[in-house]
Amino acid sequence: MDLSSMIEGFGVVLEPTNLLYCLIGVVIGMLVGVLPGLGPAATIAILLPLTFGIEPVTAIIMLAGIFYGAQYGGTITSVLLRLPGEASSVVTVFDGHVMARQGRAGTALGIAAIGSFVGGTVSIVALSLLAPVIAGFALAFGPPEYTALALLGILLVATVGNGGRVKAVIAACVGLLLATVGRDMFTGAERFTFDSLSLADGLDFVPIAMGIFGIGEILHGLEERNQAAKAPAKVANVWPSLADLRQASGAIGRGSVLGFLLGILPGGGATLSSLAAYAMEKRRSRTPERFGRGAIEGVAAPETANNAASTSSFIPLLTLGIPANATMAMIFGALLIQGVSPGPQLLSEEPELFWGVVNSMYIGNILLLIMSIPLVGLFVRILRVRSTILAPITVLITLVGVYTVRNSVFDIALVIVFGVIGYLMKKFGFEPGPLVLAFVLGSLLESSLRRSLLLFDGDPFGFLTRPISGTLLLVLAVVIVLPLARALLRRRAPERELESSDV
Amino acid sequence: MSRSWLKRPADPEDASLPADADAAPSGPGHTTGPGGAAASPEAPAPSPGDALQDGEDDEDGPAPLGPAANLVVAIVVVALGGAGMAGSWSLGLGGLAEPSAGTWPFLISAAVSCLGVVLGATARSTRDTEVFSSSVWKVLAGIATMVLFVSLVGVIGFEIPSAVLAFVWLRFLGGESWRLSAVTSVAVVAAFYVVFVGLLAVPIPHLF
Repeated sequence: MDLSSMIEGFGVVLEPTNLLYCLIGVVIGMLVGVLPGLGPAATIAILLPLTFGIEPVTAIIMLAGIFYGAQYGGTITSVLLRLPGEASSVVTVFDGHVMARQGRAGTALGIAAIGSFVGGTVSIVALSLLAPVIAGFALAFGPPEYTALALLGILLVATVGNGGRVKAVIAACVGLLLATVGRDMFTGAERFTFDSLSLADGLDFVPIAMGIFGIGEILHGLEERNQAAKAPAKVANVWPSLADLRQASGAIGRGSVLGFLLGILPGGGATLSSLAAYAMEKRRSRTPERFGRGAIEGVAAPETANNAASTSSFIPLLTLGIPANATMAMIFGALLIQGVSPGPQLLSEEPELFWGVVNSMYIGNILLLIMSIPLVGLFVRILRVRSTILAPITVLITLVGVYTVRNSVFDIALVIVFGVIGYLMKKFGFEPGPLVLAFVLGSLLESSLRRSLLLFDGDPFGFLTRPISGTLLLVLAVVIVLPLARALLRRRAPERELESSDV
Repeated sequence: MSRSWLKRPADPEDASLPADADAAPSGPGHTTGPGGAAASPEAPAPSPGDALQDGEDDEDGPAPLGPAANLVVAIVVVALGGAGMAGSWSLGLGGLAEPSAGTWPFLISAAVSCLGVVLGATARSTRDTEVFSSSVWKVLAGIATMVLFVSLVGVIGFEIPSAVLAFVWLRFLGGESWRLSAVTSVAVVAAFYVVFVGLLAVPIPHLF
């Protein structure tokens, strides 16, 4: 590994501007995590216009900070209010809130912060070691490999998500279709532009992301708004005792490894890994009955894992150029806008960007640890800001922000249209994540597919003649066939049940 | 669909009778979700039968839509794929050996239509949707303020449309007091002016 460029990366991070943006990022992330409603993907979408004026490294450092900062913040509301701020903190509620009611809110938050820090740090170290290896390996990838990789990535994100699988795949296909709008790269033909000049250059990533994630979520919240302000539990004694630490240490260790591994997989990420880590701890425990009644491992394991996973999900993005989840798709988009195309060449061509972003995560995690333990009270107070006041401000930031990207009123209209689409998607059970991810990968997928077909003289079986693309397509087939087979098997059993109970 | 479902009566056309044969077998079910069952009969629904719900899902959150709505969703998806295929056709389909501009969009559109058919086939058992609650008017009003914003911003600048949007959202959609709404909306516009026009010098159309 190139040690000198890794160390130079620390130099990049320690520049005052970058430190400042790292701090801004993690504070915003923390806030978003605390406030239920907007997730990290939506926040990054809304803040995208802010990043245009700044250096690519600085921009990505800030956006990354939002992402992992949100994992810390989501814990606070889970523990104190029984209201997970983020999907990845849902399982923390089980034991975290019980601990709070037992008067151990401080301990729960403390162990979560420490676990997050350990998980994040372990994950960064592993990322630093593993990423250059993967990037080196991926340098040999040609169009067929990228076709298979992009297909697999999109499909995994669509199928692992929590909505209906079919609907998620439809959303992904619509994302791919949206990506074809505009001039065709190969033939120059205008596709689906309806003779509109504004559409000739294709749809921009920013209004789609801001609309579907930002406006869509706000509109959805408008209909749902029902949370009466609950009194948060009292927080005292944030530092966990030595006995607590000893009890949780195993969970933290296992959570780090599990989170790291699941984070690398496309579609894995923070939410899945927190669920898996909780389940694993419960199964391993000699006293599983304590889980759900304030077991400290039940807080430590998922919180460690979600942070480890959010860090390691940078690996596919930074080494292969394939975002592993919706938030990574946002960071992918931000990089593209900055003129940086993420991929295996990133490490050799822009080492200061790569190592700057990676190393900023150490600093960010330290900042978060410092902030989250003593400043818990402050963040709890922020919970009192009503969403009725935040919503219009967020909407205006989005509408004005999207204008600033290309100085175009058309983009404001576009953001509203996609906001309505995002809202309707939520109502009808379509996950927005796969759409945005597929949109981001759309042109890569199409151009690699067409290049590969030219390469193979139109023989689709050519993909199977190359070892890597063949293997990836095999995995793809398994991902498609396995759930179908399982659904068929399952259908046999409940069918009889339904018949007997229904009539 | 060859299951016992078919033996049950098809969806009644009349959406104003949610508690009839379709809902009865599954038990009354008290919906705890916000704006759940109680609100549905008068909720503005995009299609007949939308307000129908089975009411056996009393998890947190709104109840799912009825099968008729699921069918409408499936038809929309199939139609979208059809439109995509038609559009791609006119671009030229080419072949695998020499893909043309329409090849790729045609393949995806075909996939969309096929998946739409799957959705239609499972319309009876789909439960991942959310019923439109009585406060759906807030969403419509919210969209209206945004449409007003975008149609006026090029003409009279961003200040007045922003203030109107903020005020409507605060007072009518958020139920804040008149005074707080007025003060906040003016303050927000002032802050935006300072940041976007003053500090960032963004060329957003502005009145002053």
